Amino acid sequence: MTNLFVLQLLNGLQLGVLLFLIAAGLTLVFGIMDVINLAHGVLYMVGAYLIATFAAATGSFWWGLLLMLPAAVAVGLALEWVVMRRLYARSHLDQVLATFGLVMMANEVVKIVWGVSPLSVPLPGILSGSVPLMGPLQYPVYRIAIIVAGLAVALGLFLMVNYTRIGMLLRAGATNRDMVSALGVDIGRLFAVVFTLGAVLACLAGALVAPILSVDTGMGESVLILTFVVVVIGGIGSIKGAFLGAILVAVVDTLGGVFGPILLRQVLDPAAAGQAGRTLAPMLVYILMAVILFARPAGLFGRRG
Amino acid sequence: MAEAAIPAPARRPVLAGRVKAALVLFGLFAALPPVAAAAGDPFLVLIATRILAYAIAAMALDLILGFGAMVSFGHAAYLGFGAYAVAILASFGITDIFVQIACAAGVSALFALVTGAISLRTRGVYFIMITLAFGQMAFFFFISLSAYGGDDGVGLRSRSTLFGTDLLENDVTLFYVTLAVLAALFLACHRIVGSRFGRVLTGIRENPVRMEAIGFTPFRYQLTAFVISGMMTSVAGVMLANQAEFVSPAFMSWHRSGELIVMVVLGGIGTLAGAIGGAVAALVLEEALGMMTEHWPFWFGLFLVLMVLFSPRGITGFVEKLGRRRP
Amino acid sequence: MKLEIAHLSKSFGALKVTDDVSLAVAPGEIHAIIGPNGAGKTTLIAQLSGQLAPDAGRVILDGQDITGRSMAERVHMGLARSFQITQVLPGFTVLENVALAVQARRGSSFRFFARVAEEAALNRAALDALAEAGLDDRAHVVARALSHGEHRRLELAIALATGPRVLLLDEPLAGVGGEEADAFVARLKALKGRLTMVLIEHDMEAVFALADRVSVLVYGQVIATGAPDAVRSDPQVRAAYLGEEEESAA
Repeated sequence: MTNLFVLQLLNGLQLGVLLFLIAAGLTLVFGIMDVINLAHGVLYMVGAYLIATFAAATGSFWWGLLLMLPAAVAVGLALEWVVMRRLYARSHLDQVLATFGLVMMANEVVKIVWGVSPLSVPLPGILSGSVPLMGPLQYPVYRIAIIVAGLAVALGLFLMVNYTRIGMLLRAGATNRDMVSALGVDIGRLFAVVFTLGAVLACLAGALVAPILSVDTGMGESVLILTFVVVVIGGIGSIKGAFLGAILVAVVDTLGGVFGPILLRQVLDPAAAGQAGRTLAPMLVYILMAVILFARPAGLFGRRG
Repeated sequence: MAEAAIPAPARRPVLAGRVKAALVLFGLFAALPPVAAAAGDPFLVLIATRILAYAIAAMALDLILGFGAMVSFGHAAYLGFGAYAVAILASFGITDIFVQIACAAGVSALFALVTGAISLRTRGVYFIMITLAFGQMAFFFFISLSAYGGDDGVGLRSRSTLFGTDLLENDVTLFYVTLAVLAALFLACHRIVGSRFGRVLTGIRENPVRMEAIGFTPFRYQLTAFVISGMMTSVAGVMLANQAEFVSPAFMSWHRSGELIVMVVLGGIGTLAGAIGGAVAALVLEEALGMMTEHWPFWFGLFLVLMVLFSPRGITGFVEKLGRRRP
Repeated sequence: MKLEIAHLSKSFGALKVTDDVSLAVAPGEIHAIIGPNGAGKTTLIAQLSGQLAPDAGRVILDGQDITGRSMAERVHMGLARSFQITQVLPGFTVLENVALAVQARRGSSFRFFARVAEEAALNRAALDALAEAGLDDRAHVVARALSHGEHRRLELAIALATGPRVLLLDEPLAGVGGEEADAFVARLKALKGRLTMVLIEHDMEAVFALADRVSVLVYGQVIATGAPDAVRSDPQVRAAYLGEEEESAA
């Protein structure tokens, strides 16, 4: 039982850092530009497809990862330049419609280019296999690598936001956009940088997860809404909130799916517990969101209600 | 009387025009089954029934989106409640359509009340994301119902019964009943918009601060409208399940919620009749593109993006400042 | 109706915008609050109307503590306000703007079927309020098409239509000049005695024409309260406020 718990906790942590990578960009885009972007999940999917393509072409996960990054920058910049920058001054409804259109387009483009059957990305040799954790418990090296990489990026973001000039502008922008333009900063460029940064982080999350998931067109969708929950829980515009929200959501989601039915079996007969567990587990994060929002409408670290 | 001294209100003809537009649409629909029969394409009636059901949902969404500036991205959930009310009640032998509608509306009212009360404490992007998340929660709930097919959904053994008869088994009858439901709900929405309540709701859309300063608490009215809209949307779900003779969680995916918003916007938000026209336009466009290419979502998406980018002030100009954050 | 303010305080960070303000406005009195820009006048109105919660102190309406009441509740108790920056429903006609304010106090607004546009009682009361504000001839114009001066009159008409017994007027004459301002002052004068009014105004001519008493607010503090002439000749006030105003006007 303890082993299972530790295992699931690690799985939750691994999902959490991935969610954070996606949510970090999203929360900045929401907080600083006040733009809702439904196509953010698409970027996660694109990252996975890019690494699948590059890894297959070069025969190496690492080359794939290396080539994916500039491609992700290009995708982010292009998306910002062609569509997003025209949406900043628009109503949220316009933003919803345009980015919803982008989601439809992107899913089809992926189908046209890569086909409908899922792709897979081989694990990099050096990170395959498992390490002993405690007792008989083994844990895959690659998942540990994801956790480490995610935490490293989180630390990097934290340092950037708190100790660099661009981070200062980001923080100022999330609180008061007019102030940033009053400082004489080129808002257009700042937005382009933030959006592209967010896009690259989402692509990176998709690329990192590609070897342990099947890469298919639906992968961006479920993650998108989970990411929204993370952003809403954490408070829009807050990196710290996004991090805690991501870990919280992922751990609740992972542990709930495994331990919910086990706990329910104590009070219900097995069949009923099975059904109730299957029903409740995927709803848990939304219930968590509802409870947190009920107590704090602006999220854990949000400034506005 | 004082009213006699003042000129007639300028806006009345506009509203009357919208009613006229709706009547023309209803007339055209009513003429469809004979035409389809003459053309030897009975399948057309089923497609038209589907369009009518979506028109009900789009109109219900317009009530809060157009008149209340609430961008709900979770309205497909109510379609699902309606559809599953048919399937679940039928599995217990309850096939009467009125009972099914009552149950669907009851569940929807409860869900809208709880999720609306939480969502309406926020606004702007928060509101959009939270309604989307709650919609997804409902989606997962129905996916987990293995007794009703889970992910795959479940077929209906028969359509709902009307006054104890199986009249609805006839596609043309189902079509006319759906049309009648749409017309009745249009009338209801039209009266709501022109009522005391509707004026308060529209006033909150225009300027919530002003409304508080004359003594209204926006939350109560917004929540009431949210509940009414959810209940009406569930009726669309009941009709949709009967049309498809099949229900699945796909009825309530977030894409469906997005499509409902697209329908409202295509027809012109805040017009009711426009939402009906928008549902027709969106679904006909989908069908037409679908006949030309299997990759129709690409073209539909491109159409949406271009429509937004090339409308000079945005297609949804007046929701602008209201969707934005509180001053 | 009597309005009392007891030791009201409000800070934004280190800035004290309302600093231990106490005032008593007698029934039927027009009490003007003047002061330089940034003295905290609008913030004070916001606390009286319930838009903003004070940090400390109480607002008492006819002996009843209303400090914790919402803006909407206060309106129902007879406390209405007008805004310095016009707050109307831009897509509604002038008549609809005012009829909605009447509707707020007459009967339930949870009525879903009957046409509100055909409720003669609402329209009649709205037209009465419009007549008092001098805007009845524009009843069917959409609000966004009004001129600035007309907007100010609509603002007043809406406040009157809520049936107030105490009216908080936040610079009703802002941006209005010449004959239009004179006519506006005459309209407010006509209301005198029927309503208790708290008037914030920069137009000194209007203040001295209307006010029974004047309070001077500087940096969130009331530095003087009294009859207009007494306040006008108060050396402290002249130094802090009036002199400056005359200079800038010159």
